[in-house]
Formats: sequence, structure tokens, C-alpha cells
Amino acid sequence: MTRLMLLLIVFFVTWQTLSAQVADRKNIRVLNFDRLEPYLNLKNDTVYLVNFWATWCAPCVAELPAIKAVEKKYSDKKFKVLLVSLDMPGQLKTRLIPFVLSNKITSEVVLLDDPNQNRWIDKVDKGWSGEIPFTVIYGKDFRESYAKPFSFNTLDSIVNRKIKLP
Amino acid sequence: MKRIISILFISLFSVWSAYSSGYNVGDKAADFKLKNIDQKFISLSNFPEAKGFVVVFTCNGCPYAQAYQDRLVEIDKKYKSKGYPVIAINPNDPSLAPADSYDKMVSVARQEGFTFPYLIDEKQEVYRSYGATKTPHVYVLQKKGADLVVQYIGTIDDNYQDATKVTTPYLANALDALIAGSIPETATTKAIGCGIKDKNKK
Repeated sequence: MTRLMLLLIVFFVTWQTLSAQVADRKNIRVLNFDRLEPYLNLKNDTVYLVNFWATWCAPCVAELPAIKAVEKKYSDKKFKVLLVSLDMPGQLKTRLIPFVLSNKITSEVVLLDDPNQNRWIDKVDKGWSGEIPFTVIYGKDFRESYAKPFSFNTLDSIVNRKIKLP
Repeated sequence: MKRIISILFISLFSVWSAYSSGYNVGDKAADFKLKNIDQKFISLSNFPEAKGFVVVFTCNGCPYAQAYQDRLVEIDKKYKSKGYPVIAINPNDPSLAPADSYDKMVSVARQEGFTFPYLIDEKQEVYRSYGATKTPHVYVLQKKGADLVVQYIGTIDDNYQDATKVTTPYLANALDALIAGSIPETATTKAIGCGIKDKNKK
């Protein structure tokens, strides 16, 4: 009987965690650029990494593990990752959410739905011609952008340099 | 002395950066010779009757490139007769992007009913000299005497998702302006695209 109870409890807890994750991921916010823009210009002690990517972009997908590992390494520091997906909005439920779940992506993900890209690309970075992956790393006193995928070591050394360790 | 050195450095740097970033509007573009999907090699000099060209770096596999396939056919149908044919170039290295192999270019062109040449940039030299960074990436060239002058660089229109919701057809506007004898009001635009797949890309 206790065994059965234990099994039930384990089952219940697992189910709860899973459904919480799913519910969380179902809430990937769909933003236009005006609503995204504040997240590119926060002024506080945190170092922000904003990565523009898409599930169909092979080099973007290839660098996600490096971003995830760096995020994990600095999880107790003031460092935050925002993954801005440029997937087709019609594929939010069929493609983006399943991808985020199956790859166990823990960073915050938003979907940028703003097809008039010429209006906003310069607002992210004047030097960006629109190719992805594209990453902005910024804090209150610096701003850098990278138009190529990261390896763990490259990203780790950048973030390490930018986070003001006590 | 210090000042002279720093001025020298700055001018050297600006020359270098202008060189490395490819063409700007107003620059003279170079002709090329690339293999078409029918195995024949094509150069811009093969079109003596053209007034210019819509050179577009595009490919098979990129969803943004796919979204614009129909629209490129429409542009070509409309503007070829007005002197501005579309010349499509696949700049990707097929070993990095298997969907962009020569054989698949042949089948995509057939399936999508391409009315224009679809060339492969096998040495990846043409896209670099133009400064293309992504697919699709459009360069409008206008013949001026023996020169090919870059008159527009950028995207096709302002809505990749839905052709019926386009409010500004940048490329068509640029072509209309050139055909009317003026210059494009908007000569450069930006859009999201797939980065060009190149082993030597730094």
C-alpha cells in the first residue's frame, strides 16, 4: 500500500512539473518590435544577452547549447538571456514550442512578429544587415553585437569579462 | 607627427572597411561568369539589350528565400520586358547547406517555375565582392555606358509573411524610379535573412 502511495506521489509530482513546464512554454510571448525594444535597453546592473534566432536557422540552433551552458555557468550572477525567435508566427504551436520543449531550453523565449523589418533592424544595431544568428550583449555602460555564432569558450570569455565579479 | 599618423591610420581603416563590406549604392559592380541550372555559364554581358539587372542572392533552403520565390518570378515577368531581368545567384556552400546543392537548384527552379537564370557561386567570390550577407539579398544594377552602377541594395518588400499585406514594395519602387529616369527614393533597406554559408567566413 505504501508502495502504491509512493508511486502515486512520484507520478503526481512528475506530472505537475511537466505540465507546469508545458504551461510555461505555451506562454511564449508574441511581441512586435515596439514591445520588444525595452528589453534591448534596460539600464541596471545585469548583463543582458539578446539573441536573434529561429528554429530553421542551422547555425542558430548549433550555438544554443553554448548559450545555455554559459547561462547555467553564470546562473548565480547578474546575467540574463533572452532568445528572440524569428520563426514564422503561424508555426508558434507547431514548431517553436515543440522545439523549445524537446531541447529543454530554459532561457526566456519570445517570438518577434513584426514583418516590417526595415523599420526595426537599425534600432537593434545600425551595423546589422539582417542575417541571423545575431546577438547583442549589453549592460548599463556597454553594448556589443556579434553577427556570428558563438562557441562556448568565446561566449564564456565575453560574459566573464562583462560581469563585474565582486 | 602623431596627428599625421593617426589621420593616416583612420583613412587606411576607412578604405579597408569600405573595401571589405562590398558595394554601396553608387558603386560600380563587377560582371561575373557563373554556371546556370542548364550547365551553361552566364555573364551580365550576355544581355546587351538590358538596361540593368535585379541581381538577387538567394537559395533553396532558407524559409525567407522560399517566401519570396513567387514574388521574384512576378518581378521578373513584369520588369524583364522593361529592361531589368532578374538574375538569381545561390551563394551557399552545398557542403554546409545540403539543400542548396546544384542538383536541388535545378529541381527548385523547375518546381517554382523560375523564369530567370539561377546561378551557382561555386567559388563564393561573387557574393563576397558584392558584400551580400544573407539570402535573399537584392542588388539593382543600372547600365551607364560600360558601367554597371548599383542603384538599390536590400530587400524585396516590407512583408515576407504575406504578399497581400505589403505596404511598400521597395524593389518594384526602385525599378519604377529607374525606368522613369530618376533614382530610387529609398536606395537601401534591411530585412532578416539566412546568413550565407561559407567555410571561410570569419
